[in-house]
Formats: sequence, structure tokens, C-alpha cells
Amino acid sequence: MSFTSTSPNVLLRAWNNKETRSVIIQILAIALIMACFAYIIRNAVINLETIGKDINFNFLWQPASYDINQYLIEYNSRSSHFTAFIVGLINTLLIAVAGIVLATIAGFLLGVMRLSNNWLTQKIAYVYIEFVRNVPVLLWILLVHGLIIHSLPRPKDSYQLADTFFLNNRGLHSPTPDFQPWFWGVVGLLTASIVFAWWFKRYANRVQQQTGNTYPVFWINCAVIVIIPSLAYWLLGSPIEWKIPSLQGFNFKGGMVVRPEFIALWLALSMYTAAFIGEIVRAGIMAVNHGQTEAAYALGLNSTRTLNLVVIPQALRVIVPPLTSQYLNLTKNSSLAIAIGYMDIVATIGGISLNQTGREMECMLIVLLTYLTFSLLISSVMNWYNNHIKLVDR
Amino acid sequence: MSNKLYVPGTHPDLPPPSNTVGVINWLKTNLFSSPTNTFVTLVCLLFLTQLLPPMFNWLFIDAAYGGNSRQECVAQGSGACWAFISERLNLFVYGFYPIEERWRINLAFCLLLVTLAAVLWDRIPARKYFLAYACIFPFIATWLLIGGLGLTEVPTSDFGGLMLTLVIGVTGISFSLPLGVLLALGRQSELPIIRVFCISFIEFMRGVPLITLLFVASNMLSYFLPPGTNFDLLLRVLIMVTLFASAYMAEVIRGGLQAIPKGQIEAADSLGLKYWSTMRLIILPQALKISIPGIVNTFIGLYKDTTLVIIIGLMDPLGIGRASLADPAWLGLSIEVYIFVAIFFFLCCFSMSRYSLYLEDKLVTEHKH
Repeated sequence: MSFTSTSPNVLLRAWNNKETRSVIIQILAIALIMACFAYIIRNAVINLETIGKDINFNFLWQPASYDINQYLIEYNSRSSHFTAFIVGLINTLLIAVAGIVLATIAGFLLGVMRLSNNWLTQKIAYVYIEFVRNVPVLLWILLVHGLIIHSLPRPKDSYQLADTFFLNNRGLHSPTPDFQPWFWGVVGLLTASIVFAWWFKRYANRVQQQTGNTYPVFWINCAVIVIIPSLAYWLLGSPIEWKIPSLQGFNFKGGMVVRPEFIALWLALSMYTAAFIGEIVRAGIMAVNHGQTEAAYALGLNSTRTLNLVVIPQALRVIVPPLTSQYLNLTKNSSLAIAIGYMDIVATIGGISLNQTGREMECMLIVLLTYLTFSLLISSVMNWYNNHIKLVDR
Repeated sequence: MSNKLYVPGTHPDLPPPSNTVGVINWLKTNLFSSPTNTFVTLVCLLFLTQLLPPMFNWLFIDAAYGGNSRQECVAQGSGACWAFISERLNLFVYGFYPIEERWRINLAFCLLLVTLAAVLWDRIPARKYFLAYACIFPFIATWLLIGGLGLTEVPTSDFGGLMLTLVIGVTGISFSLPLGVLLALGRQSELPIIRVFCISFIEFMRGVPLITLLFVASNMLSYFLPPGTNFDLLLRVLIMVTLFASAYMAEVIRGGLQAIPKGQIEAADSLGLKYWSTMRLIILPQALKISIPGIVNTFIGLYKDTTLVIIIGLMDPLGIGRASLADPAWLGLSIEVYIFVAIFFFLCCFSMSRYSLYLEDKLVTEHKH
């Protein structure tokens, strides 16, 4: 038996050793991946050279020369592509935040309805959930948009509320506040009363733990937060002036307008996501063992406190992780805005800017990176919250 | 009162007490059990009576079923104009596929049904042969749809309608599952480089919206291919949709893999099974079984996502509907189109989710408690 084995044997032995094998596989994998990337980059370089393009981001500072129909920061067609990007970013964030809030409220409502002991409520929620989540969200967006455009009246015959809010197929027109200097005093008082309420809650907790006496914390805090600032607002002579929209010619002037694209996208995204959240909430509440409720009753807690102190905290542990992914889905689905002309980040920098400048690489890179950042941000915030409420193993 | 003696357990069951049976009692317990409950019931009833009759009228009673233009519809009634759908039905189903070649789509669809029966229904006779057939079905279908080898070639730009949805959906579903399994295994792998690669791929795909990936496929992919190659747009979309779905699939399957106790792997190791045998024979069957609901959800998501292709200019039913609305005779009928397409998707997705429930029930091997 000789130890100077031939080369196939060396390879075979290396392959049969677990550690060497894993090293070999990894070297092969890395070589393969590198080769793929090198090939792709080589192709890109050659292709870009052939058509005489380079990669640079200077176009961001050139005038965008297109209009955006909804902007929350100063924007006109002479602003740069970068400003257009920021406007799109803000619009995306706006729809995401508004959608998340409405979807959470509607979703929790649906989840509770689904568990209700009222047969009719249960069935309504069931039919709603099954119907909404089995149809593509793009279809909902288009359908809601179509309904809004077709069924709402022209500006001349707007639905109106107290001559200040007007709803028509150009959107919801509402007054804009014009803050007077004294208004900031009211804001200061409001902040102060919130701080007081927070302190009072901690104080009441301490008192309860030491002596067992309880204060009606909720009502006192509500009173403090609502009454003191309202009183101040009234005493300071209502320091907000409202600019009320009025019909001039074919459309409304003055005030602000929530455009139909925003309303359609907002409603469609929220009602779609709410159906998923409803099921998540139902699963979460059902995951709490019934014995927990019974134990709480046996301790003498009433049903509200049982829900608040025993059921909900435990249900949240089950609810939060899938809820996170629904929030992420909503944010990503907001990119479908482009189908109805809501100017979000895909429609501005990834749409019109891209077509005008012909800088596909740069524009798509910006869009992809922005969405990746959103996703990582939302999931890290939700992970933090999840760690905060998760069961501590002892 | 009989004084007959019964051996314990042999007495016939008494009927339920009269206050727990009957319609009235059902109403009492389910709808009017307390003042709050009564109030909620009344609110719901009010809501339904406000919503349902007008909707029903619009959809059926006042609707127009025949006619050649919107004017004729309006003359027939104030409701929905289904004439548009029935007139364009062929376009909705087949897209722009040449009329004389449409039998090929029908044939492929029938073959697809046979394949589905073989895959989904395990009591079909001679299942082995059917499954073998299911493996070669994709090639037959591709040949039938694209042509060549004796059939007239049809460019993929003529694909459209429900047929396009099925092509994208079925391809995505059948390729994303194996790819997802590989990615999930890669993510759990002990080899750091493979793991890092899989994690970055999955997180990237899950972090960006599908629509941006489709934009990349339609605008940018040609930059990364060798100069002069021209890639079919449909093929690019298929690849992107499959990759996108496989990232989600990988996460679902990872959940299943993590739920398998470590003892299973150790037992397989002690039997002398290698990595791939362990996975194929021990781990994956269990992991896939518990991830069925998630897998089917991903399928449903993928199927719904096929509608996004209209944004890069492919003509799925939604795209066909929107395009044919440009016809001056039919202006302003978008709602009918959307409802028609919505019903199609609802039927597909709802039956998928029902099938997943049936499968879950069937595969339960533990005792139910």
C-alpha cells in the first residue's frame, strides 16, 4: 500500500472529507458567481460603449421640465430631476403611511368581526375577506379609480359639507389652515398636557402599586389633553384662519385638494391589505388559549381588562411578525400608483425622468435602492417592536 | 314516567331541549342574543339592504346583454353593459393569437387540465404514467403555443388575454417551487458563501416591488446580455416573475425547515444518509407538508401578480380590456371590464385556496385533538 497516491485518488479523498469538500464547493461557487458578474459587467460596459453612454448622476441636477400633479414641497417644471425624485419619494411615503394607518384600523375591525358571535357580522367579514384577497390589487386600484371618476359629479354639482368641503371627480377640496403666531402657543400647551398625562399615568401606576388605590387615569388624561388646549384655543381668539375653496370657472380655487388618484390608491391599497390583516388578527386572537381568558375571569378581571391585559398582549406576539410583512407589501404595492397616474417614486424618477434622460441604469438603481431602504427600515422597526413585546424565557 | 331500568350507557339519546332548536332559536342565539348584538344585527341589515339591491339591479336586472355599441346598451337599461364583454370574449380569452391557430390553445388547455388532474388528484388510475406525462407537458405546451416543427410559428407578442395569464401563472408556479426549495436549503446551508449569496438574493427580491423588476426586465436587461442578442420580452418577464416568486417561496419553505426538530437530521445522519438523501427523504417531505398553506398563498400571490405585466405593455385580460375601451363605440365601460376580470381571478384563486385546505386535511398524519 503506497501513500504516494495518484491524483484522482487525492481528489477523491479530498472530496470525501467533509471540511475539504465544503471548501471546494465554496471556491467553485464563488468562482461561478464572480464569473457571472464579470460577464454581466463586461456586457454592460461593451453595450454602453457601443451606444456612447456612460453612467453618471449629473442629470439629477438638470431641470426636469415636466409637471407633477401632487407635490408637498415646492416644485415646478424648472426644478431639477432630484427635486422630482424627492417629490415622488414624499408621495410614496405619504401613501404608505396613510395606507398603513387605515389598513391597520380596518384590518383589526375585520378580524374582530370575523370572531364576533353575531352570525351576520361574521359572514359579512368572511365574504369581504375572501372576495378582496382573491382579486389582484392592481384590479382593485383600477376599479376604485374608475368608480371615483365615473360616479362622482363634476365640480359644478359637487357634494358639499357645510360649504367648506367639496367632493367631486377632481378630488376632495378642503380648507387650508393659515396659522397665526398665537397658534404655536396652543401647540405648546398641547405638548405640555401630553407630557403631564404621561407623568400622571406613571404616578397613578406607582400609587396603585404602593397603596392599591386607582385613579380614573384614562378619563382624567382625556380631559387634560382635550379640554386645556381647546380652552386656550378659544381664549386666544381662534388663531387659525381657514382658506376656504370656492368654485371659480370649471374648478375650485383656494384651499387644498386631495386628488382622486390619491383617494383611489389609498382606499384600494388599504381595503386590500385590510383583508389580509383581518385574517392575521383573527389567527392571533384565536392563538390565545381560552384558558387564559378563564384564568383572568377567575382572578376577577372584567371583560375589558381581560382583553387589554391578558388577551391582546399575547395575541400581539402572534400578530406582529406577519403584520410587518403586510406593511411591507402595502409599501411595495404602492408602486402600482403608476397605473392610475399618481406620481410616486416609480412614476417620477423611474418613469418620466427615465424616459426623458434615457438614463435607465441610474434611474432604476435609485428606485431599487430606495425600496430596499424602505423595506429594511420598516422591518428593523418592526423587529425592534417584536423584540420589545416578545415572551421573555426565564 | 317509565320506571324501566337501563344499563348505564344504553339509554337512547333524548331530543335536544325545545328552546335550543328551530329557526327562531337559531335567530335568537346568533343574531339577537343581547341588546348590543341586536343593534349590530340591525346595522348590518341596514347596510346590506342599502348595498345589495342597487348592486344586484346594476349587475343583472338593468344590465344589457346584447348590442353593438354603448348607445345600444344605454337604450336597453341603465345597468351594466355586458354586451361589450360578450362581443370581445374571444379577444379576452385568446388575445391576438391568429384565429385559424386558436385550436392549439384549446388543445394545450385541455392537456393542462389532464396534467392538473394527474398532479392534484392522487387516486387517478395509472398515476405513474400521468405523472410522467405531466413532466413532458411543458415542452408539448411550449411547442403547441409557439409553433415550429410543422406548426406555424406565432410570435409571443401575439399572446394575450386569459391565455397569457395562464402561461405566466403556470410557468411561474412550476419553476418557482423547485427554485424556492433550493434557495431555502441554501439559506440554511452550513457553507457561508452559499448562505450569504442566498440571503442577499432573497432579501433583494423581497425588498423591491415586482413592478420595478419588470421595468428592469423590459428596459435594462438587454444591457447585461452579450451585444446583439435580442431576448423575447415574454421570456424576460417569465424569468423575472419566477425569480421573484421563488424568493418568497424560499422564505415560506425556510419556515417549514425550521419547524423540523433537529433530531430528524441527527437520526438521518446516524443512519448514514448523505446530505441530499437526508433532505429528499426525511426533511423536505415533512417541511413541505407543513408549509402547504404558505406555498399555496405564494402561488395565489404570483397568479395575481401576473396582472402587473400590463404596465410594461403585455396584454393580459386587463390590458385587453383597457385597450379595447379605446374603441369609440365602447368608451367609458371600464367598470364592466374590471368586474369581469375580477371574477375570473376570484374563481382561480379561490379554488386554489380551497384545494390547499383539502390538501392540508388529507396530509394530517398526527392524531387530531
